[in-house]
Amino acid sequence: MSDFLLLAFLFLIAGVAAVPIATALGLGSVLGYLIAGIALSPILLLLEVDVVSIQHFAEFGVVMMLFLVGLELEPKRLWEMRNRLLGLGGLQVGLTAALIAGVLIAFQMDWRIAVAVGLILAMSSTAIVLQTLAEKGLLRGDGGQASFSVLLFQDIAVIPILALVPLLAMPGAHHAGAEDGHGAGMSLVADLAGWQAALVTAGAIALVIAGGMFLTRPLFRYIAKARLREIFVATALMFVVGIALLMTLVGLSPALGTFLAGVVLANSEYRHELESDIDPFRGLLLGLFFMTVGAAINFQMLWDDLFPILGLTFAVIAAKALVLLILARIFALRGSEKFLFGLGLAQAGEFGFVLSSFAVSNLVLPETMAPRLNLIITLSMMLTPGLFILYERVIRPAFDRPVVREDDEITEKGTAIIAGHGRFGGIVNRMLLAAGYKTTVLDHSAAQLDMLRVFGFNVYYGDASRPDLLHAAGIEEATLLVIAIDDPAQAVAIVHHVSQNHPHVHIIARARDRHHVYELYNAGCRDVIRETFDSSVRAGRSSYEALGMHPFEAERLARAFVKADRHALYELAQVWDPEIPETQNPAYVQKVREMNEVMEPGAALGAFRERHERGWTPPSPQDTETDRQRIEAARDGA
Amino acid sequence: MARLLHYAAHPSPGTSSANSAMLKRVRGLEGITSLDLYAEYPRYDIDIEDEQQRLLAHDVIVLQFPLFWYSCPALVKEWLDLVWEHGFAYGRGGDRLKGKLLMLAVTTGGPQEAYGAEGYQHYELRTFLTPFEQAARLAQMRFLAPYVLHGALKTEPEAHALGFLRLMTALRDERLDLRAAESADILTHDTLPLMGIN
Repeated sequence: MSDFLLLAFLFLIAGVAAVPIATALGLGSVLGYLIAGIALSPILLLLEVDVVSIQHFAEFGVVMMLFLVGLELEPKRLWEMRNRLLGLGGLQVGLTAALIAGVLIAFQMDWRIAVAVGLILAMSSTAIVLQTLAEKGLLRGDGGQASFSVLLFQDIAVIPILALVPLLAMPGAHHAGAEDGHGAGMSLVADLAGWQAALVTAGAIALVIAGGMFLTRPLFRYIAKARLREIFVATALMFVVGIALLMTLVGLSPALGTFLAGVVLANSEYRHELESDIDPFRGLLLGLFFMTVGAAINFQMLWDDLFPILGLTFAVIAAKALVLLILARIFALRGSEKFLFGLGLAQAGEFGFVLSSFAVSNLVLPETMAPRLNLIITLSMMLTPGLFILYERVIRPAFDRPVVREDDEITEKGTAIIAGHGRFGGIVNRMLLAAGYKTTVLDHSAAQLDMLRVFGFNVYYGDASRPDLLHAAGIEEATLLVIAIDDPAQAVAIVHHVSQNHPHVHIIARARDRHHVYELYNAGCRDVIRETFDSSVRAGRSSYEALGMHPFEAERLARAFVKADRHALYELAQVWDPEIPETQNPAYVQKVREMNEVMEPGAALGAFRERHERGWTPPSPQDTETDRQRIEAARDGA
Repeated sequence: MARLLHYAAHPSPGTSSANSAMLKRVRGLEGITSLDLYAEYPRYDIDIEDEQQRLLAHDVIVLQFPLFWYSCPALVKEWLDLVWEHGFAYGRGGDRLKGKLLMLAVTTGGPQEAYGAEGYQHYELRTFLTPFEQAARLAQMRFLAPYVLHGALKTEPEAHALGFLRLMTALRDERLDLRAAESADILTHDTLPLMGIN
């Protein structure tokens, strides 16, 4: 137990110390984790920790990441990507493997080993690239999308490659029972004939898709009714882990399975809730994964052979970048996006570790070669953040394009977030949709959601008072947040959080009463709408008309009343103090007294009346006479 | 009988004497549609379709308003801007008002002698009303001389209001000498070119 705690503490402290520094320096979190891992490596060596097994565990972060990426991608979009997925991805893996193998063969290497090494190095690092792209907000651009297609293809390609590698084994060196060290120790398909295995595999995928489509909604609704956050988190985890397990059992990539499940759930109302529940796990596991990459560097080997290894690393990066840039040209990526694609994917990746150990156990690779290969892979991953920095600081500015937000339809994150879809928020949502704006609606009543879904509204389950859920709903990119939830205290809490942390967001908050207005104003909301005020004013105006007032007069009087009342409310909100009861707040009491004087019924409604009476007042006969005399005098003088 | 549509427009009926009296006189008269434009659209949300149908259903349109800064009150302009669309009142296919009559009933604060080259308002009253006259021409309507009350703030409005009543019934009953009304400069309660009874 203490061993586990010590290890956890070590990793946590390294991450906590290094990542904020790296981010502050603009290097990105990945580099921070990698450096933290390097710093840890002597201690881990001392404690005789098995870094590789931790790395396998931490790779589950990649699985979660793919699930989250899937959640962001509607099935329709995935289908639109199919050409790039197969074309770009297939060509990248094929050409890179061929190029590297060709060069190695030219250097007198056995062709079987050369092909294996080529395939191993053709893989890129899904973890590093996706994390960095997402962090820098580059995932939505053209280059980011192309990179994602390639990474997804590689994920799928690992499975046929795993099948292919044993065929490359040296003649006469057959080695049964090879285990890739990546998959689980059991398999549903190992003892089946080919067609049976294919059937089981297809069945498993169908199960994931069907389950995602039909099973999740009732399940999540049932869980949501319990209103227990941790059970929802547990369900989400259960879901992801279960799919990963199923995929491993049938010999498919768990990342691929969870990605598919994510895509299936992309339209679900529980999407944002799932996103915010899984995201912390993804972050921690990927962090751990990056640290293990850093910690796994064999410095002894590196120093011994410094220049050859560094040279080979750069050669690998150059070769991969060359292939990528050619593909970028063929697939018409424009401007700096081309280089983002070319440099971003130029490293070798974590799948390379899996493939190399698999290749060794299948006697394809000589045992002495694998550690060096792994070192090259690790070093190329280490250099990736540097390449991203090169792209951001040098290449993109050189293209000097204004950063256009392309492919806006990729993200369903609306520019307006509406918290609470009841009588109040529902109207706001309908108005915004009618005017063609995109909205993201969060509501926390499962029953309400079901009804809205039936009517075709785009609403999500979730408690909007949770910052992580607002984050998942896209508060960073939102222009507007409408808080229309029932609980007044929660509304104040949301205003406080958002106005502090996302000052760019315009907040419109629904207020219960005057007191609530003061609280919301105090918390930082400058657009407070009293929920029954406007309808009360309309009732007042109708009363004026019913009592015989001219409708235009009634309208103007109502407007004047609104103006005077809002002004008074604003003035009072300025002096209101949450710490002092209103009756003991001298400034507040003073203001109310002043207002009572002018608002008293007998006093002709004071300022309110005066404001109303100005306008279209005819000039007096004296006015007319004055003008006449002045103009005639001027003319006579001229 | 001509179908007559009467719009009265005063944003502050409480402070108006002449315009209120005029509206009161003709309201409820048989065969005359009389509307208080500011009561109809207190929030300026003019219904273009409704208003166009109203125009099509009548032969004579009378706009009654006080002269504010040498023009009509804002809502009358808004009504004109929105309802007299191209394709309806003018432009391609815009001949739906063709042949109808347009007449203004205007009250001014200044006295009669103020309007003219010698007066302190410097221009003839008709000069200030040329936008309406030209609008009628563009819409292929006949534009009659305006029915005017000068010095409305100092004058007892009753005679003018009664004259307005006579004018409106004459228009309705087609007893107004249109040719005379077209060629006159302005009409007042004692210069109405009525036919038949004189």
